[in-house]
Amino acid sequence: MKLAKLLNGSTIFWIKVFIHGLCIGWASLVFNQAAYDQLGGDPVEALLHFTGISAFNLLLLCLCISPLAKLLRASPLMKFRRLLGLYAFAFASAHLLTYILFELQLEWYLLGSEIVKRPYITVGFLAWTILLLLALTSPKAAQRRLGRNWQKLHNWVYPAGGLVALHYIWSVKSDILQPTLYIGLLLILLFFRKDKFISATYWFNTKRS
Amino acid sequence: MLIKRPRYQTIAENQVTDESVYQNRRQVLKQLGFIGAGALLSPGQSLAFNLFGDDPPGFKTHALSYAKQENDNQTLTPLNKVTSHNNFYEFGTDKADPKANAQAFKVDPWQLQVDGLVENPFSLSLDELYKIAPLEERIYRLRCVEAWSMVIPWIGFPLRALLQKAKPLSSGKYVAFETLYDPKQMPGQASVFRGGGIDYPYVEGLRMDEAAHPLTLLAVGLYGKSLPAQNGAPIRLVVPWKYGFKSIKSLVRIRITDKQPPTTWNLLAPNEYGFYANVNPKVDHPRWSQARERRITTGGLFASNRIDTLPFNGYEEVASLYSGMDLGRSY
Repeated sequence: MKLAKLLNGSTIFWIKVFIHGLCIGWASLVFNQAAYDQLGGDPVEALLHFTGISAFNLLLLCLCISPLAKLLRASPLMKFRRLLGLYAFAFASAHLLTYILFELQLEWYLLGSEIVKRPYITVGFLAWTILLLLALTSPKAAQRRLGRNWQKLHNWVYPAGGLVALHYIWSVKSDILQPTLYIGLLLILLFFRKDKFISATYWFNTKRS
Repeated sequence: MLIKRPRYQTIAENQVTDESVYQNRRQVLKQLGFIGAGALLSPGQSLAFNLFGDDPPGFKTHALSYAKQENDNQTLTPLNKVTSHNNFYEFGTDKADPKANAQAFKVDPWQLQVDGLVENPFSLSLDELYKIAPLEERIYRLRCVEAWSMVIPWIGFPLRALLQKAKPLSSGKYVAFETLYDPKQMPGQASVFRGGGIDYPYVEGLRMDEAAHPLTLLAVGLYGKSLPAQNGAPIRLVVPWKYGFKSIKSLVRIRITDKQPPTTWNLLAPNEYGFYANVNPKVDHPRWSQARERRITTGGLFASNRIDTLPFNGYEEVASLYSGMDLGRSY
């Protein structure tokens, strides 16, 4: 296919360079603005929102890859999936760090109690934990060692997506328009995996009976 | 006849650097320099490039004459933060939305109606709002229910001065407040999505003794000038010991009632927002702690600004209003 041919080694390399540049460049620009108090009235809130939304955007983008590769019959697209997933994790970590460093300002006792007591923070933290496991097992070596279990483990990206969506809609006061749109996008992307969910429920039911 | 001949080095009036440009020179250079590209991305920063006059094109404020409050050593939240970080869902739910969307807001003509269970109902025009009582500065802490706070020099007069003019009947137990309803001007009211799902107009209420407390202020200005649109022009309530959402903006009606009036956030989420909404570090919001707060002053990310939240936001003198009440249940 055309797109598959277009995506040769050097184009893939340069697109990856572009993704690196965009993610690192944009993030450092915004962090710099926040550091110099140039990010609106409350730089902490602005930064929390920026890192959170960026992580969600990247996660959704990452979930676009395999349906797109199938649809366009362009398997080289899969070469970007890990990179996007890792950047989703990086922004999610920046989100968590912003919360710990600048919102809670290192009041650790509060971090523990907030994660336990506040459901929307609990689900956000769970989502981050899943992404951490996926990031840790993303190198090729880990993939080889885990064998068939690797795919099983990485299917956890779907529950993570759901938790992120829940975290988002739960955190807002009443303006649910944007979180609702994000949930819609996520559901569309999950729809492409419906076979996986059907076989998972089948597996679950047969195990139980 | 005396004809003044300009010498060649005389500088003409039109060559003088505009004061706002002069005052902003470092800011402008900084913006053009190392944060250059970033500044272009952020809508709030475009004002720093305003080289053509004192006020950006948009909502006009005017200077007020008022009695200054003595400095009580609280660090004020800078004006640009007070006017660019607002919860005013009528103009959009993002903190930067009100400033962006309220610049064309028209407050002239304005009518504030004072009625209900009173001997003397009346209504006030825009000009009359500034003449009900002598204007005074009140430097108040504003504690948002979202756990951030500011220190703002309001200008206004006690609500009790207005109540005294209206002469509430003895049957009047509560005061109900209402914000302007004008979907043409307020995009949040025109669309259920942009307005955060609130059933407009925004309404608030106080018990009569709370309304008559000397701390309860009707503000018509801040930082020496009349209120900017995004801060609730032309007149708003300020109740410093309650969470910010009680301090209803852009008032068109104040009504004395015998029953506890409905209040907007309480209607929206009764388990999260009560009628009283007194600042209370011991009663958490169901989704977050209210024990501490982030004080917004100057400084970016690294300015350490977390402080303890105080009961009644530090205005302990109102505690007697609630003696005998269970503040955990009447949140």
